[in-house]
Amino acid sequence: MPKLIIDDQEIEVENGVTVLQAAEMLGIEIPVFCYHPKLSIAGNCRMCLVQMEKSPKPIASCAMPATEGMVIHTQTPMVKKARQGVLEFLLINHPLDCPICDQGGECDLQDITMAYGGDSSRFGLNKRAVPDKDLGPLIETAMNRCIHCTRCIRFANEIAGVPELGATGRGEHMEIGTYIEKAITSELSGNMIDICPVGALTSKPYSFQGRPWELSSTPSVDVFDAVGCAIRIDTRGREVMRILPRQSFQINEDWISDKSRFAYDGLKYQRLDRPYAKGKDGRLHPVSWDEAFNVIADHFQHLPGDHIAAIVGDMVDTEAIVALKDLMNAIGSPHIDCRQDGSKIGYGPRSSYLFNTTIAGIEKADFCLLIGTNPRWEAPLINARIRKNYLNTGLSVALLGAPHELGYPVEHLGDDPLIFEKILKGRHPISAALKSAKFPMLILGQGALKRNDAEVILGLAHKIADKYNIVHQSDPWNGFNILHSAASRVGALDLGFLPGPQGYGVSEILKGAAQKKIEAVYLLGADDIDVSSLESTFVVYQGHHGDRGASVADVVLPGSAYTEKSGTYVNTEGRVQRSFKAVSPPGEAKEDWKIIRALSDHLGFELPYDSLNDVRARLVEVNSLFDELDTIQKASWEDFGKEGTVLSEPFKATIDNFYMTDSISRHSVTMAKCAQEIQGDEQRNQIHEK
Amino acid sequence: MKKSVTHYETFEFSEKNKKKLTDILTRYPEGRQASAILPLFELAQRQCGGWLPGSAIEKITQMLGLPVIRGYEVATFYTMFNLKPVGKYHLQVCGTTPCMLRGSEDLKAACQKKLSIGLGETTKDGLFTLSEVECIGACVNAPVVQINDDFYEDLTKESFIKLLDDLKEGKKVKAGSVIGRQGSAPEKKGDHAQE
Repeated sequence: MPKLIIDDQEIEVENGVTVLQAAEMLGIEIPVFCYHPKLSIAGNCRMCLVQMEKSPKPIASCAMPATEGMVIHTQTPMVKKARQGVLEFLLINHPLDCPICDQGGECDLQDITMAYGGDSSRFGLNKRAVPDKDLGPLIETAMNRCIHCTRCIRFANEIAGVPELGATGRGEHMEIGTYIEKAITSELSGNMIDICPVGALTSKPYSFQGRPWELSSTPSVDVFDAVGCAIRIDTRGREVMRILPRQSFQINEDWISDKSRFAYDGLKYQRLDRPYAKGKDGRLHPVSWDEAFNVIADHFQHLPGDHIAAIVGDMVDTEAIVALKDLMNAIGSPHIDCRQDGSKIGYGPRSSYLFNTTIAGIEKADFCLLIGTNPRWEAPLINARIRKNYLNTGLSVALLGAPHELGYPVEHLGDDPLIFEKILKGRHPISAALKSAKFPMLILGQGALKRNDAEVILGLAHKIADKYNIVHQSDPWNGFNILHSAASRVGALDLGFLPGPQGYGVSEILKGAAQKKIEAVYLLGADDIDVSSLESTFVVYQGHHGDRGASVADVVLPGSAYTEKSGTYVNTEGRVQRSFKAVSPPGEAKEDWKIIRALSDHLGFELPYDSLNDVRARLVEVNSLFDELDTIQKASWEDFGKEGTVLSEPFKATIDNFYMTDSISRHSVTMAKCAQEIQGDEQRNQIHEK
Repeated sequence: MKKSVTHYETFEFSEKNKKKLTDILTRYPEGRQASAILPLFELAQRQCGGWLPGSAIEKITQMLGLPVIRGYEVATFYTMFNLKPVGKYHLQVCGTTPCMLRGSEDLKAACQKKLSIGLGETTKDGLFTLSEVECIGACVNAPVVQINDDFYEDLTKESFIKLLDDLKEGKKVKAGSVIGRQGSAPEKKGDHAQE
């Protein structure tokens, strides 16, 4: 534990901490361009120079480990002169185009130039010109502005695991680029825009759309997957202008996926902005809220409770789910389900449907077995953590399921579920690795859980967890994980939005609808079901997009998207998180729980809450977990799963198009471009390789 | 000068070079084979007649388990890798200070006039490519021109043109000092045209 003195303040730091980090701990700010806390150290921008006693030259503080007895000065005239010199060199080739640069106002170079820049340039020759690169539909480039910090290269190599970017040429001819000009094939590529300290890499969809000082930011939670990334919604007036990550060490660190970042333009298209009801001509006509509710009430009145069913979609907030659950209970229907993808879990103890290891906990694991999942597409930020562990400790990963490139070496065991049984019996080569691991983890994806034998697989997984010490008794390690892909899922399971004893699940509801056992279905944002079997059923669709669900609806109730309401979500780890309303819903659309509350009046079962606080109190009443925000409540390890035989049908992939998985991203122009350029490329390559 | 990859159908090491390749790879400790990238690029460049096609970069990086961009970075960093085809004789005129003071500018101008090519260009007959290089470490016998692997020293306009004529006619030329001095021994008075 070296002790050093920085600007007359003594500090003791851990081994391996750099001078820059030690200074940061003391609250001393040192300007940087190439240093990034989440990336490896490059030390090539030289902006972080500080003076070290007994050293004849200034040192780069980002790359210098703190050692015993160092005396550092960060504010001397020599340091200032050195930094001014570095900055002057950086500015030699940097264009003076701040007025037309999208980074303007949030640019590190601009800010640091205010502190260390000269008032005029002493460089009389021409600046160099660098051709712009095509990095795909998300990243706009202006390579003249690049200062060669290499953050983007390191991000691609280290975090994203797609070593496609590099620095070619040298000296004045150095350029950042790819080997063959093509889109970056990563789901995390948008983060390069954030880490670029200048305006060389900017957001293509947001280009020339706004200035940072015009935007107001709202902290929120991402709903495009079940990771629950911390995001910031930047709005201007009633429009969502962009979405950026918020730092959250427990969940997404500094990053978010491209879908979370860029799918927001889907919020502007195909929105439901007023209620509709089907007329006698069989077409939807705009109606008032009261008329819409009356149509529903007329239908529901004549039906017995168990002829009505409700399905909850993947992006719904728990406030709306609890309201719908209360309404369905009042109606007397046991047919409620939140697992529109046909997943079979949720009845067991909480540990049977959570990502128990926690996302940050992945870093501790020393062996990871993936079953029926493709974390790169189902949860890019969880995949990034697995990769982080692989980089730090060389984590070995095995995959049982459809093969996919994950960005780290994976031993592919095949896609035959019978291998799972073999592993349990210790007859598979991987059993030895599982046995010798101290902190093994297994991740069961939806590809394994929406099969007909899901509960048997779950039971097998439980046995494997017991046999191979995946769940420790003495310390808190629990390596048993379920990876969800729907943001609403864990919250809905925690609220018990599942078919009751005589209740139907999603597939039975759809079957029942065809057989007239179910005569009315309430879809709350549920679009990813086979809606064709609902053609002749009375369907109420409540949601924000005119997508699959609304296409078969008899009554459409316009709800709010995640940016337009304050909601509570539970992520795949079981962390309860709250988002805030950033903009108002369009037209006559309302917050979802309010719609259900209003409908309950018309149906004659008045739900007992009139404010958001009341609904949240009801959430806590149903499940006390909802009282604890942003924390993990450890789920106890109990028995779950069933005995039985495993079907031989192979594990299948659940997502075949990462960029278009839900009603928002399906209507996003940016996502459509990504699907075409990035995923299209990848698929073509795969076909080519075969 | 911007460098870019020129693509070439496919690249395979010749049988003879495959043996050399195994030899090169064994020079590095296990797990450090990526370090062989420079000698392998050189081997490939020699095999391809003085230049390194994109397909060779792809082949070699794949062989060493590297992303192709890493090989491309290396190939563009080192100026001695030619990413475009070069002539049979690659004339590399040293333009750094000592050679410049001893008349390398004249050599360049004379050569450009004689062959009707600019810097970085190749003659139509595919015999000569002219480039300017930085110090090649033979300042004692400046001005120096490196042609393929050999140095030609103590050149003058006239002797350089003669050298080019000889090469064009396929005559055998002698590498080293054109005024016949041994190593960098002091030259006899009157040996050098400029004196």
